[in-house]
Amino acid sequence: MEKMSRVTTALGGSTLMGRTMHCHLDAPANAISVCRDAAQVVVAGRSIFKIYAIEEEQFVEKLNLRVGRKPSLNLSCADVVWHQMDENLLATAATNGVVVTWNLGRPSRNKQDQLFTEHKRTVNKVCFHPTEAHVLLSGSQDGFMKCFDLRRKDSVSTFSGQSESVRDVQFSIRDYFTFASTFENGNVQLWDIRRPDRCERMFTAHNGPVFCCDWHPEDRGWLATGGRDKMVKVWDMTTHRAKEMHCVQTIASVARVKWRPECRHHLATCSMMVDHNIYVWDVRRPFVPAAMFEEHRDVTTGIAWRHPHDPSFLLSGSKDSTLCQHLFRDASQPVERANPEGLCYGLFGDLAFAAKESLVAAESGRKPYAGDRRHPIFFKRKLDPAEPFAGLASSTLSVFETEPGGGSMSWFVDTAEHYALAGRPLAELCDHNARVARELGRNQVAQTWTMLRIIYCSPGLVPSTNLNHSVGKGSSCGLPLMNSFSLKDMAPGLGSETRLDRSKGDTRSDTVLLESSATLVTNEDNEETEGSDVPADYLLGDVEGEEDELYLLDPEHTQSEEPEYVLPQEAFPLRHEIVDTPPGPEHLQDKADSPHVSGSEADVASLAPMDSFSLLSVSHALYDSRLPPDFFSTLVRDMLHFYAEQGDVQMAVSVLIVVGERVRKDIDEQTQEHWYTSYIDLLQRFRLWNVSNEVVKLSTSRAISCLNQASTTLHVNCSHCKRPMSSRGWVCDRCHRCASMCAVCHHVVKGLFVWCQGCSHGGHLQHIMKWLEGSSHCPAGCGHLCEYS
Amino acid sequence: MHALFADSFAALGRLDNITLVMVFHPQYLESFLKTQHYLLQMDGPLPLHYRHYIGIMAAARHQCSYLVNLHVNDFLHVGGDPKWLNGLENAPQKLQNLGELNKVLAHRPWLITKEHIEGLLKAEEHSWSLAELVHAVVLLTHYHSLASFTFGCGISPEIHCDGGHTFRPPSVSNYCICDITNGNHGMDEMQVNSAGNISVSDSFFEVEALMEKMKQLQECRDEEEASQEEMASRFEIEKRESMFVFSSDDEEVTPARDVSRHFEDTSYGYKDFSRHGMHVPTFRVQDYCWEDHGYSLVNRLYPDVGQLIDEKFHIAYNLTYNTMAMHKDVDTSMLRRAIWNYIHCMFGIRYDDYDYGEINQLLDRSFKVYIKTVVCTPEKVTKRMYDSFWRQFKHSEKVHVNLLLIEARMQAELLYALRAITRYMT
Repeated sequence: MEKMSRVTTALGGSTLMGRTMHCHLDAPANAISVCRDAAQVVVAGRSIFKIYAIEEEQFVEKLNLRVGRKPSLNLSCADVVWHQMDENLLATAATNGVVVTWNLGRPSRNKQDQLFTEHKRTVNKVCFHPTEAHVLLSGSQDGFMKCFDLRRKDSVSTFSGQSESVRDVQFSIRDYFTFASTFENGNVQLWDIRRPDRCERMFTAHNGPVFCCDWHPEDRGWLATGGRDKMVKVWDMTTHRAKEMHCVQTIASVARVKWRPECRHHLATCSMMVDHNIYVWDVRRPFVPAAMFEEHRDVTTGIAWRHPHDPSFLLSGSKDSTLCQHLFRDASQPVERANPEGLCYGLFGDLAFAAKESLVAAESGRKPYAGDRRHPIFFKRKLDPAEPFAGLASSTLSVFETEPGGGSMSWFVDTAEHYALAGRPLAELCDHNARVARELGRNQVAQTWTMLRIIYCSPGLVPSTNLNHSVGKGSSCGLPLMNSFSLKDMAPGLGSETRLDRSKGDTRSDTVLLESSATLVTNEDNEETEGSDVPADYLLGDVEGEEDELYLLDPEHTQSEEPEYVLPQEAFPLRHEIVDTPPGPEHLQDKADSPHVSGSEADVASLAPMDSFSLLSVSHALYDSRLPPDFFSTLVRDMLHFYAEQGDVQMAVSVLIVVGERVRKDIDEQTQEHWYTSYIDLLQRFRLWNVSNEVVKLSTSRAISCLNQASTTLHVNCSHCKRPMSSRGWVCDRCHRCASMCAVCHHVVKGLFVWCQGCSHGGHLQHIMKWLEGSSHCPAGCGHLCEYS
Repeated sequence: MHALFADSFAALGRLDNITLVMVFHPQYLESFLKTQHYLLQMDGPLPLHYRHYIGIMAAARHQCSYLVNLHVNDFLHVGGDPKWLNGLENAPQKLQNLGELNKVLAHRPWLITKEHIEGLLKAEEHSWSLAELVHAVVLLTHYHSLASFTFGCGISPEIHCDGGHTFRPPSVSNYCICDITNGNHGMDEMQVNSAGNISVSDSFFEVEALMEKMKQLQECRDEEEASQEEMASRFEIEKRESMFVFSSDDEEVTPARDVSRHFEDTSYGYKDFSRHGMHVPTFRVQDYCWEDHGYSLVNRLYPDVGQLIDEKFHIAYNLTYNTMAMHKDVDTSMLRRAIWNYIHCMFGIRYDDYDYGEINQLLDRSFKVYIKTVVCTPEKVTKRMYDSFWRQFKHSEKVHVNLLLIEARMQAELLYALRAITRYMT
């Protein structure tokens, strides 16, 4: 710790001074306890028992209580406690079951005062009465608690917990006669010191041992307990039944818990295993510790606040053989390191965002989001319960909702259900899918399918009329980008853009027929670029002025194309290198590139596609003779990537399945797998189990197709008692009857079982099949007309 | 009981003889099966075939061909590579690394240091993760102690298994499961079988004497308190004596062929803690115990298993029917504690709050021989040993003793291994 600061606190005359410091002990410590004057601390362990004076700069060893040549087990301390009324009085609990008291006022070197050997097992805890000078309480592994009067030789009373070992005993600070004890089996008991026969109250506080408890120094009846189940719970014992008021979840079993003085809701904890830090929690904020001390290198075994009215000094002893004084000021605060914002997507595109209030308040002042017109913001303000953390603990939760209908995914469901992915020739599949897409008004997708058909199928099979028809229809509609999965489509500008598109489409539909047949490839490409231009469209849509210019470009483009293939390069000087397409000697190639270029520069490309389609019918023969389908694979690949990027992973996967081998090799396995998993995930969210299963089945990726093989177990309920049959499918655990009898042969079915979904009778698959060949009624005689399909 | 059988059958697809013997104590069996099922079949850091292979490794340390064969089948069933079965050197490096830990854990767990752990966790591409290691350690200890049980109760292979229908060499205990399961009420038969020189009255007094001693101890405990030095020395004495306790008939064991290939070092066996561990400090339970420390560590690294094992220990430790041989309403807690602590004593684990003088009073020599052999060198257990201790007691009680033995052994091994892991982590 570099930033050591010195703190001085005045407490009713006496002054506490100190800094964060530590000193090395000779052996691991098991427990520590502070003297009433806050200037001395006693450290006890298996082979250490010393008193240290706490000075301003350091700990100074004051007294070694471990005297005698042969160390006795009586000195192997599990716990130590210093009397809060008498500075000379200490008590220790030994691992061999002995309780020892020590009187520092004795003149001899050996300060040992009394020895109580009444417990049969290790004593886990000793505790002095907070106000009474002579009363000592002990709790042991043997399940007994004993109360000693130090003026007598043996115990005054014995309390039997009637259960396993006692882990902690604590006198109530407020109620003179009450003490609490915690047990290995998770119980907490409340006793009256005058009534050893039975406990006043008992309740189960934790799952597993309760290692520690501590009464609140001010609030009567508040008891904090810590257990092996990694929880700290605060109980209100004043009510009729102990009520759990707070629960703090830590990361390791809780060995000690101590309320912080002067801070009503704070408590310090340390753990028994694995975790070496000391945490100070605000019980109202149970997820992030208020402060953390990280000095120790091994588990902390004892913690004590130095002064009952000073919240800034904490002492601790550890298995790493060090004694530490921690200053609250030097503690690290995990809150500062925590991420104060959270973001989460809902199933239907809703977006929730939580952040510090101050942050959001500043933001909402100036109309935060461009998209908020469609996504109304709801502020849900939580009332802040934690006053000291007013600035930190209050946060705002904003929910951005998608417009009903705007984010509707019905097209997705319809598409998924109607697409044909396999089982027919490629051409038919493409046609079918194109039709499906068109019916849903997704023309771009429809055209992509048509295009695919053209690319990959021999054109002879395609009736040109059909094609013309499809294209004609396509060009008459605009280009609404309905397929975009994200929330950003349909920006305000899009409307005008669509209009623009359509008007051009109309005008150009005349010129289209004039174009040379060679533009086929161009179109192919245009389709591609047009998609990738979407962002550009958004921008351009607003700028009305450009519209004309763009428009002008186009006729130029068409005219220039007419003479020869070479033209594009002259008409559109290349402004940058083309990297996308593979170089080739043919003219065609160059031509194919040019729209690409123009597209990325301006809007031309996006205007082109619709209209030029009508050419296809004329031109396909040409293309067929010249280009192998492989030629397009890069384009198709880019197209798939484009769709996937846009969020329409459905398209990507569908095409991947339909086109199959022809394109698969161009896309790396991982991407494919990613697409598949995303699509399957989506399908399952929409509960399209059949479709998702089909996709899994048709996928070629191994990782995907094995999805089908996992968790194929079907759990059944017993037909008699309606309880789930856990272990075997044919015998019920509870009613001990064979549940699944064959209705035909009346034997237990242990193999394939077939049920009628109507009357739930059934039996051996073979038997039922045979039965239903001859009869249409249920073999059980219930009168149901069963069907077997 | 039938439900238990059914559960076991459903989980394993078989009803092995271990289950058939343990069903004397259904409460324990349930917990045992649940734990074993979780360890072998449920979610865990290790792949299924690794788990069975580790089981084979552990059982082979004690030349327990019964368990080995059982798990060889399971190993192949879950798709393990048959090549691995030709010996540890054919298994992946990662498993080979585990061999050393297996060896030490089985025979001299007190020698485990954090260097062992470090060696496993930091072996570049062959390294284990902490969670995997805890899983492996739990499996190893489980199968070490299960091997003890197999020999201790003389469990023979199932009839359909290899060797199940033939006579085994005497090393694999040659008394049949049927003896035990049927023989619970057939005490007379036992008497005939065991050496004829023991008269019934003799053994009757044995029980009486034991009960008398327990009573005495209970009463005089408060009166006469031994001095601290004496208490300390009693532990040492018991520890030292445990070293001389050894079976007189040291039959040479010829390990079955199929088992021996899993060994790399047959010479490494149990060495007495006291003789060879002079400089190994005594393990103090008060400093590292299962309830506080071991549980937390296991549950952190391999969730739920800590809970299951904890339950199993509890049931085994607290199991009692308040009967002793023909006597009813006896508080046997003292005897059970003596057995438990005696086993821990053999592993050098000491309870500060226990008077080790009690052990000497309660456990007679033949019983100590049996305990020691079962726990430390189970492969040397013979039917004679089984018969010659506690002659008046029922078979179910002897099985009960065995449960105590295996759980105490498992806890001892776990404590050493987990302490090493904890030391590594801090």
